[in-house]
Amino acid sequence: MSSDFLTVEGLSRTFPARRGEAPPAVFDDIYFSIGKGEVVCIIGHSGCGKSTILNILAGLDQPSAGVVIMDGREVVGPSLDRGVVFQGHALLPWLSVRKNIEFAVRSRWPNWSGAILDSHCQRFVDLVGLNGSEHKNPSALSGGMKQRVGIARAFSIQPKMLLLDEPFGALDALTRGTIQDELLKICAVTGQTVFMITHDVDEAILLSDRIILMTNGPRARIAEIVINTLPRNRARSDMHKNPQYYRIRNHLVDFLVSRSRDLALAPARDSDPRHPPQVRPGEANDEPPADSLPAKKQPALQLA
Amino acid sequence: MARSLDFKALILSLGLLAVLVFAWYQATLPQATPAASANPEYTALMGGNSVAKSGMPTPAEFARTFRRQLAHPFYDHGPNDKGIGIELGYSLARVLAGFTLAALFAIPLGFVLGMSPLMQRAFNPYIQLLKPISPLAWMPLALYTIKDASASAIFVIFICSLWPMLSNTARGVATVKRDWLNVAKTLEMSVWRTALRVILPAAAPTILIGMRISMGIAWLVIVAAEMLVGGTGIGYFVWNEWNNLSLTNVLFAVLMIGLVGLLLDLIFGGLSRLVAYED
Repeated sequence: MSSDFLTVEGLSRTFPARRGEAPPAVFDDIYFSIGKGEVVCIIGHSGCGKSTILNILAGLDQPSAGVVIMDGREVVGPSLDRGVVFQGHALLPWLSVRKNIEFAVRSRWPNWSGAILDSHCQRFVDLVGLNGSEHKNPSALSGGMKQRVGIARAFSIQPKMLLLDEPFGALDALTRGTIQDELLKICAVTGQTVFMITHDVDEAILLSDRIILMTNGPRARIAEIVINTLPRNRARSDMHKNPQYYRIRNHLVDFLVSRSRDLALAPARDSDPRHPPQVRPGEANDEPPADSLPAKKQPALQLA
Repeated sequence: MARSLDFKALILSLGLLAVLVFAWYQATLPQATPAASANPEYTALMGGNSVAKSGMPTPAEFARTFRRQLAHPFYDHGPNDKGIGIELGYSLARVLAGFTLAALFAIPLGFVLGMSPLMQRAFNPYIQLLKPISPLAWMPLALYTIKDASASAIFVIFICSLWPMLSNTARGVATVKRDWLNVAKTLEMSVWRTALRVILPAAAPTILIGMRISMGIAWLVIVAAEMLVGGTGIGYFVWNEWNNLSLTNVLFAVLMIGLVGLLLDLIFGGLSRLVAYED
């Protein structure tokens, strides 16, 4: 697996203490990596620090310990290389749809003007199916349309990586499905690398190649990484006909319902934060491999 | 529904006006003085009039003055006899000068205070101390240091316009949505571009509220300031007509002050609508 486009090493985040005693870290010792063109989802209950991890990847927040390396460089602040789709869409309400996209495009290519600027912006308006609404203000749009503008804005700067913070959480099921399909299509065409937070198990299975499962916070850790064994050309309309879909889904739901809590209280024996177990639900080695790493190697790894 | 409500309100307003004018008319009716009690010689000395005249004008007298003043608003017959347009012009010029200076000072400073919690805390004690001071209390200090009456009036307008604009700008800037600032950050926008393209439009409605309050206060204060410094302006006009015992002109000036204040407020109301956005 070519998982070296983005590497997260030993990430931990503690928020400042209030009234003396230092609170525990939200999450601790997080290691994972994402390959170029890969779509990775992160799932976990509220409070496990998913959004904080995403903000650190975006450069909007600083880790208390650990580093994020993208494309061979350490992430030290926000960058046009990483486009962010915010949970609350974060459109500028005084600008029209087109102007919101133009706002981002001008930041990326300050020297563009006239025809090239117009055609580039219009391309991304069309991409998310908003032609006809490009001159409306965000207040005149439905929630789904606003989120599409947010996605178009993030795509329009052609970032190396896309970060999505629960982008479809506030949408109704029908709209969500439509936009998921659009995102899938765009990613298939552009080979975009994506990191995404979601609460929706089906969304994770539909969109991602791998799913990171977080234990409950505080001191959340990566419990395991589920490899999506469904074929990459999966579609929302027929995904549920594949029996493999239910095995993955059951595994994820089971994790969210009970294992995320149990693992937070009692970490799996011989778990190694640097190499969280990779599981392929429904295939031969179904459960997290208990003996993939001998316990005695652990201290040496932590010293390294 | 809305139209019929507007119509009813208009009818009621006109009714209220009629009642007020009628009450005024009743109150200023000439009253016959009891002839028996008056000394005939005294009456003869006073012009032989048996009817005591109230100092207050009747509605009809007022209407005549109103028409006469507005027919020639810009005449200038020397220092103590100028048209109402000229006097209002002086006052408006002072208000605009003081207000503009205050805006040029308060809005950038408000930006700094809004963007930097450190500066906000450092400046706050002074702002809280200076804000409740009546602007007219600065007048003697202004007259002593500036030594020019008209400039002192402008200074007083400056001081009183400062605070609402300063605190509203600081608040508007400090409460810009975190998400919008994060958008600017992820787009690697410079501080300047962020301030102009994100923070300014986001805070503009709050800043305009501050400007509107400042303008209202400035128009209140200019009348009092001009009564003190004298020479020109609507405040001086009111004081001068009091000394002339022309309550008709005083009343006329009072009405004009109200109308101009209303107009200024309408202008800022219009500007507010221009920068408003619906989130």
